[in-house]
Amino acid sequence: MTARKRTIAAVLVSAVLLGGAGGYGIVAWAGSQERRTGGNAVQAVTTDTAATGDRIVFRNTASGDGYGLVAFVPLADPAGERSVTAQACDRVYATTVVEMCLHIDRGIVTTFAATLRGADAAELRTWPLPGIPSRTRVSANSHLVAVTAFVTGESYGTVAFSTQTTISTIDGTDYGNLEDFALLVDGERITAADRNIWGVTFGSDDTTFYATAASAGRTWLVRGDLTARTLTAIRESAECPSLSPDGRHIAYKKVVTGTASPVWSIAVLDLETGVETLLPAPGNVDDQVEWLDDSTLLYGLARTDVVGDSDVWSISIDGASQPRLFIPHAWSPSVVRS
Amino acid sequence: MYISFSDRGSAQGTASPPGRPVATRVSSVVIALGIVSLVTDVSSESVSAILPLYITGVLGLSTVAYGFLDGIYQGVSAIVRIAGGWAADRGDQPKWIAFFGYGLSALARTGLLFATGFTSLVAVIAVDRLGKGVRTAPRDALITASSLPENLGRSFGVHRMLDTVGAAVGPLLAFAILFAIPDGYDTVFVVSLAFAIVGVFVLGLVVPNTRPSAERAAPGTSRASFRWAQLRDPRLRRLLLTAGLLGIVTIGDGFIYLVLQSRDAFAAAWFPLLYVGTNVVFLLLAIPLGKLADRFGRAGVFVCGHLALLAAYASAAVPVAGLPTTILCLIALGVFYASTDGILAALAAQSTSEASRATAIASAQTVVAATRLIASTGFGVLWFAVGRGDAMLIIAGALALLIPLAALVLRGAFDRTQTT
Repeated sequence: MTARKRTIAAVLVSAVLLGGAGGYGIVAWAGSQERRTGGNAVQAVTTDTAATGDRIVFRNTASGDGYGLVAFVPLADPAGERSVTAQACDRVYATTVVEMCLHIDRGIVTTFAATLRGADAAELRTWPLPGIPSRTRVSANSHLVAVTAFVTGESYGTVAFSTQTTISTIDGTDYGNLEDFALLVDGERITAADRNIWGVTFGSDDTTFYATAASAGRTWLVRGDLTARTLTAIRESAECPSLSPDGRHIAYKKVVTGTASPVWSIAVLDLETGVETLLPAPGNVDDQVEWLDDSTLLYGLARTDVVGDSDVWSISIDGASQPRLFIPHAWSPSVVRS
Repeated sequence: MYISFSDRGSAQGTASPPGRPVATRVSSVVIALGIVSLVTDVSSESVSAILPLYITGVLGLSTVAYGFLDGIYQGVSAIVRIAGGWAADRGDQPKWIAFFGYGLSALARTGLLFATGFTSLVAVIAVDRLGKGVRTAPRDALITASSLPENLGRSFGVHRMLDTVGAAVGPLLAFAILFAIPDGYDTVFVVSLAFAIVGVFVLGLVVPNTRPSAERAAPGTSRASFRWAQLRDPRLRRLLLTAGLLGIVTIGDGFIYLVLQSRDAFAAAWFPLLYVGTNVVFLLLAIPLGKLADRFGRAGVFVCGHLALLAAYASAAVPVAGLPTTILCLIALGVFYASTDGILAALAAQSTSEASRATAIASAQTVVAATRLIASTGFGVLWFAVGRGDAMLIIAGALALLIPLAALVLRGAFDRTQTT
């Protein structure tokens, strides 16, 4: 073959390949349009009125035009018809007073942000996040909010993995990045560069909180103090803690395999006795659990069959009961009791 | 045969006599290699950009897993880089070693379509980075072999410009696909695979199988073969020392973006896209700075490029932060890459004979990658020890001290109008 013929062959092959990929894209786009407009997979109504009453607020992951929007169901009938709002959130946490929403603003230019809304869905404030949303919590008295996001915007990966976790009051007073708090493990201050903090849960006194701290491949459950700006490790190998409403238990996820690809299970720590109970939840739980009541947990579990879909399960903390499907096609649940 | 064309579009069909090519021309082989890099970068950067979303959103894995993956991403390619360079020199067949590397990455893209769990994803990414490590030095040796020595800086400039276009387009293409098809990760993977295979075909069909040593050998004599001793050229040693000295104070630009993000509201809102700004400056200036290097000395431009890095550190560290300092910082970073990335390969290429060229280029790139990794790790420690502002000032101070030292080491090693 001459150089000219080779060039022509290369151009033809490229046209076929890129054309084929384009065709694949068009078919995929048509399919996703069909799913988007093809009606909801679950019974749902859209709502623009403010939610009232005891309810579970979550991210709706049922295919259809309500996908990715915040929805709620009555606490008394979680499997019943869901009301879907207009807010798109990737992670959401609601109380009777506010709703904290972390969202990915998709586009050719994709950015990430956090938006705090009042009970009437009016926006109180919004601020940018450095990457993909991970966890968010609001304290029970609605004074404090915590937000964790990955720092993932930089595409060449020149920064090692990191998370950014911030705590602020709902009026906007910022306590800053928790990495700047003093991390104490066995009385020693850890100053290693690879420290990461994520997954905050609040105590009831506006000062105490719990979170996960990690350094050099180890993770700790830490008790934080907003006044002293300290994080004190109280237990090793515990991530994404969640304090029970009565303040007696902390539930967290715990690595149960030693392989490169971690498998997490849920464990519950009795703060008084220090006894840890591993729950028999099958599957790899990667979520910050939520307390339905003082003895039952809720958590999201990604579906293995459908991309981007998940279910919310409930499990008793007695260590013997099996989990039950609580809300299908849902993610990021929070229990709102008025 | 020396195929050449003018980038001014005026010299079509007015080929200059062999042996006396016009200095403003860049070989079509360099353009073809640039296109190969462009489509390959579209392929790899489109996947890297959405990988965090895919891992956290689809595979349902979180933080620890992503950190592990990122480490693999960085470590693997440095290890095989020198092996790739050595293999290219040893067999005097850089095209086919590069082809193997590009092919390996394309194969990894195929694997991505079938990778369902974390373990298979790790394997796929490792293979992809392996391919990248293998191909880089042979490709740069091909660029050198297809260029005139006095034009080398410009040839690398043209190549890096095309390469960076791919790096800028890839993430935007991936996000555009996800914007149109919210769960369209498989579409991104299919498009990425198509671009990867296009790269392999363009390389295989269009780029001639240049044999740098054999073609240099006088008729009737055998080609000079590779010997490690050839790497003992004092010019190469001085270049490696300089690259190491400056690399040890070159922190990852991710750190600089983090500092900007923490100080300026604009940078915080557009944090995920700051690297696009740097890339645009890089691609705009790659050719002009390459020409400048050919004209006034590559060593000088390489060392002076670090003054731009110093400016980037300074604009990130100054007490008053805002939009102007952010923009200044991104421009300075772009200038830094445009005046060092391709120029380093050109300097390494001219500091040794063609028989050991790919190994020399690989050595220089490995020294830079290794020292920068040390710099980033050290800076991370410094960041937490003294705070980001002071850490930035310290690293800027160290760089300011090392630039004159580097200039001293390289002084006289490379003549301005040197031909090999």
